[in-house]
Amino acid sequence: MMVQTQKNIKVITGNYSVAEAARLARVKVVSAYPITPQTTIVEKLDEYIETGKMDAVMIRVESEHSALAAAYGAAAGGVRAFTATSSQGLLYMHEMVWWVANSRIPLVMAVGTRVLGPPWNIWDEHSDLLDQRDTGWLIAMAANNQEVLDMLIQMFRVTEDERVFLPGMVGLDAFILTHTSEPVDIPDQEIVDQFLPERKQPYIIEPGNPISMGNLPSTAVVHARLRYDMWKSMQNAKEVIRQTAREWEKLTGRFSGDLVECYRCENAKYFIVGMGAWTGDMKEAVDILRDNGYEVGLFRLRFVRPFPDEEVAKYLSNAKGVIVFDRAVSMGSGGPIFLDLGYRIRNVPVTDVIAGLGGEDVNFNMFSEVVKGLISEVEKEGEFKKLINFYIGGELQ
Amino acid sequence: MLEIRFHGRGGQGAVTAAELLVGAALRDGLQGQAIPLFGAERRGAPVVAYARIGKDIKVRSGIREPDVVVVLDSALIRLVDVYAGLKKNGIVLINSSKSESNIKLPEGVKGYAVDASKIAVSHGLVLSGWPLVNTPILGALVKVTGVVSLNSLVEEIKARLPKGELNAKAAIEAYEEVSLIG
Repeated sequence: MMVQTQKNIKVITGNYSVAEAARLARVKVVSAYPITPQTTIVEKLDEYIETGKMDAVMIRVESEHSALAAAYGAAAGGVRAFTATSSQGLLYMHEMVWWVANSRIPLVMAVGTRVLGPPWNIWDEHSDLLDQRDTGWLIAMAANNQEVLDMLIQMFRVTEDERVFLPGMVGLDAFILTHTSEPVDIPDQEIVDQFLPERKQPYIIEPGNPISMGNLPSTAVVHARLRYDMWKSMQNAKEVIRQTAREWEKLTGRFSGDLVECYRCENAKYFIVGMGAWTGDMKEAVDILRDNGYEVGLFRLRFVRPFPDEEVAKYLSNAKGVIVFDRAVSMGSGGPIFLDLGYRIRNVPVTDVIAGLGGEDVNFNMFSEVVKGLISEVEKEGEFKKLINFYIGGELQ
Repeated sequence: MLEIRFHGRGGQGAVTAAELLVGAALRDGLQGQAIPLFGAERRGAPVVAYARIGKDIKVRSGIREPDVVVVLDSALIRLVDVYAGLKKNGIVLINSSKSESNIKLPEGVKGYAVDASKIAVSHGLVLSGWPLVNTPILGALVKVTGVVSLNSLVEEIKARLPKGELNAKAAIEAYEEVSLIG
């Protein structure tokens, strides 16, 4: 086995980190439709293709719906295909998001997570990504530019594993990652080639070998079995994700978690739960709170689909209190992560803080103050006052 | 950790300046983030970029209270509040000619000036009539903050920019010429 020994660190944006990952994964077809903050991903891929750094075909399409349709067609034809989008663009391709999942075609996409309008807004939120959570795609969220690259390369391998055979999307926060430059260690092509086996998929649509896909099912039971098989594959994906993260570590020395990363969770009684770039500030808040005698840890979700049941049971089932920060809200119910988590820890006090909506910046001081206040509720009453809190303009509403 | 805010105009290279600084920090064994203004950029309009340099940086939220403010065009001082949030005892570095030495600084703030435009022009660093002031201003920034070593800055400039040698010379000249205001 060949392992990465030399570092090749470049100061690049999250978007260029995505493009590097797609190039290293030897993607053969890229479909592109521009939308902020994603656009520089496909621009960079176009540059790689035009300058011969990447042996692929670029298809310029007239909409995001067609972008995913084109990538799906190429993937169904047997090659790695790639596209990227954001916000309204992701919603516009939502029909195809379902279509690709139910077709069981492995395909990887990047999502620069961004607010949905109106009002027109290009900043960061997780509503677009989490709106896809019922489709059957694996859904992951990176926390820094290195993780963007590592997670995407791993996603190709996970989605093409025969135990999984589902598509996957990797989210990166608008501007906070997409446009922020920082050092990223770019692995050698030989390392990635070794890590990514030849593409596997359940079937290939090719000339001269006609098959029919997606026609009316003969019975409802056939369709129900498809969705049940997808459910089981999602469960299988959990172990595949864990194994894949460890395999990557063997080759590159890098491991930033599998389905989750638990930060300072040893002896923690209270847990913050979150995902994406703002978990960096949550880590800083944990450090501040620990320095002040609070026994707090951060449970960072790397994947929301599949949801990390085993890790939740391991770390959170005996907590004194769990505080979820959601950067999205399911109107009339609660934050998406809170809704997924709540019923899995039925005997633990848990509360939701919906924050960062519209791209509002929430920093480490704000996290530590909010968490302090909420912990004091449990310390006094044994329970949080509210199930759902909104944090807007620096204040709990 | 040092947090720096750059005020410039679209096309002056404020974002590139932040990226070069992070690259130089990497050469010094440090970490960094170069953060552009989160919005739509237009040539000539006032723009902002940020850099965070240090060890084991976790935070990614916006920089509200910078340690250092760098002004690439002194005319911006009349247009935007370049001192907003600047820490007490913070540092401000302004691209300014000697003839404009009447710049008023907030109390407690240490001010420095360098004529980055003149230095850029003298090295032929001009694009579409605009002096490329970002490399000389970085040379001056390194002198007044010591955030990275001059050597690493020079190496980074040579490695990343098309006119690397000329830009490096401009940075070194500004490093030597920058002076305290008042």
